[in-house]
Amino acid sequence: MSEYRAEPLKCWNKAKELRLKYYRDYQEAHKKGGIRWTGGAWALDAIPAGLGRDVYNITGEPYAASIAFDKPFSQECMEAAEAKGWARDLCSYMRNYWGSMYLNKYEFGGEYPNPDFCYQDHICCSHAKWYQHVAEYKKIPYFCIDVSVGPYNELDENRLMFVVNQMHEAIEWLEKVTGRKYQDELLIEAVENELRSTSTWAEICYYNMAKPAPLDEKTMYSLYVHGTLAKHSKEVADFYEELRDEVKYRVENHIAALPEERCRLMSDTQPPWGFLKVFRYLEQYGAISIGSLYTFGLIGIWETKADGTWGPRTTPIQKGEKITSRDQALRILADWNLSKPEWQHFYSPDLKTEMMLQIVKQWQLDGVMLHLNRGCEGLSCGIMENRLGIAEAGVPVMTFEGNMGDEREFDEKRVMARIDSFMETLDLQLLEAEKS
Amino acid sequence: MGDMMTTAGIDIGAKLVKVLILRDREVLARAQEPVGFEPLVAAERAFSQALKQSGLSEKDVEVVYATGAGRKVAPYASKSVTEVTAAAKGVVYYHPSVRTIIEVGAEEGRAVKCDEKGKVQDFAINEKCAAGAGSFTEAMARALELDLEAFGKISLESTKAIPMNAQCAVFAESEVVSLVHAKTPKPDIARAVHDAVASRIVSMVRRVGINKDIALVGGVSYNPGFVDSLTRGLETEVIIPDNAEYIGALGAAVAAGASLQKST
Repeated sequence: MSEYRAEPLKCWNKAKELRLKYYRDYQEAHKKGGIRWTGGAWALDAIPAGLGRDVYNITGEPYAASIAFDKPFSQECMEAAEAKGWARDLCSYMRNYWGSMYLNKYEFGGEYPNPDFCYQDHICCSHAKWYQHVAEYKKIPYFCIDVSVGPYNELDENRLMFVVNQMHEAIEWLEKVTGRKYQDELLIEAVENELRSTSTWAEICYYNMAKPAPLDEKTMYSLYVHGTLAKHSKEVADFYEELRDEVKYRVENHIAALPEERCRLMSDTQPPWGFLKVFRYLEQYGAISIGSLYTFGLIGIWETKADGTWGPRTTPIQKGEKITSRDQALRILADWNLSKPEWQHFYSPDLKTEMMLQIVKQWQLDGVMLHLNRGCEGLSCGIMENRLGIAEAGVPVMTFEGNMGDEREFDEKRVMARIDSFMETLDLQLLEAEKS
Repeated sequence: MGDMMTTAGIDIGAKLVKVLILRDREVLARAQEPVGFEPLVAAERAFSQALKQSGLSEKDVEVVYATGAGRKVAPYASKSVTEVTAAAKGVVYYHPSVRTIIEVGAEEGRAVKCDEKGKVQDFAINEKCAAGAGSFTEAMARALELDLEAFGKISLESTKAIPMNAQCAVFAESEVVSLVHAKTPKPDIARAVHDAVASRIVSMVRRVGINKDIALVGGVSYNPGFVDSLTRGLETEVIIPDNAEYIGALGAAVAAGASLQKST
């Protein structure tokens, strides 16, 4: 059993402050004459940034995940949604969000800050209806971009333009709805920030190939979240570069997330936010989850390098391209986002299995833990096919049921028992038991 | 497996505590007690009974391992193994040709894939679904006003397969009531229930792969109606070890023995 040196992250407090600032800024936007909008974390947020420097968004998924972490409030939100007649098997992020809206309570204190408009993309059925309902309930305008153009490896000019044309329409709509003149230079700035932040996040995840891993997945959740809040912002791009430099330092100096690292795993789908202790439980076995396709590829943008390995996608700016027009910015934004790894599996579970096995191989993993997430139809789509593919590749894999946003569907005792059984198949004992 | 090495396994299940004492491949004692509301008291009683049966005292037992839902709080045990590992170790100990183990208890159904040494390679467990466990058959037996033994036997008299439409154990009970009102013969209803449970189990087993030989353990293995349905669903025979409900305790005792061997 190896023992490595461990140290807390120097930029940890900054990460926390940045996140809280984001939610405060959204809440206080109207006081400063600013705009508030709501939509998903994948909603091509660089586009509304062109309306001005006082535009603030609340992305539904991380907000709902924050609610899920707050179990009593989450239960209130769930019950409020059910009292309105919504079925319990709907997207749990959506129900948490709606509950907050119905109760007029903001997770970060005070009343639910009403958005001025909804702006979203159709990444899944739930997302499509989520903001439609918010818009109807709050009587605010709603615009949606349909992005289902197939997997990135089939992207052609027609499919790209299908998305880009809608983005142009979105800008016209935003001008009409807000009465503001759109500023292309702000769009270009936002796109450049997004390229930087998402490529850098991939670079950070890339460093987790090191043994010992400098970051564990539970910690990564508190860091990748910024990319789900405002990946188009300079603040997030700058923060990720600072974080990347610190992670690089940790790798060079063999600073571990888990001093007793002896088993490397990856998870899948969103975690059960109300039970992140599952990751700390793994550590009692000397097992670390180094990430997942979700953590790596929801925000991170990757590419396959010439040697067949995965690495952060080289940005057009890094290739020497200069963005000079609205259309060019939108084309780059569309192409960049459509290449997102976490987007691909919506089209075929085989694509996801392939990516997962790439991670297993490249990050040198000993096993995989699949969260059968009842709360998300999108990310759970085809997951049992993924399980089969991983098992057939000879990689130890376990599943556990849960729900990212509804803690009533997580059986803690049973899940821990599953983990115990899985650890036995990996010939691991509790570190404490070994010492005695 | 070592000379004159005495170990014990305690399996604290949902309904019963089972204790088994093993010495050099010979089972010296088996004892069980209902768990009730006091599993630790039940475990102590069962352990005492097993000691009395074997003529041994507590200090004669070199290592005790626990398994089952209550394994982490079992008295006397120095360590525990999960039910998955215990099932594999227990079955392969006397049936080394087995590669797939199906365990159906009161609350859970499990499928385990293992190698010739009883090392677990993969496993699947029914998730939050009583329709794939023993409690469901008990509930259906009550609905037909039969005891469990009669319910199992009567199923073999069925002449007609009736599919159960309900996916859920709760709804299945309503469906059984409807079948009774429709004057459906009890054997056919009993068989329909067993077929429904078996189909869920078979579906779960397919996740880990059906590799022969296949063993069935757990309390439900005593139900001939279920065994018949399972055999048809798997399209192959299954081995039912003697004293199948003690396999978990046996596996724990075997694991205890292996740990002793490692340390000497």
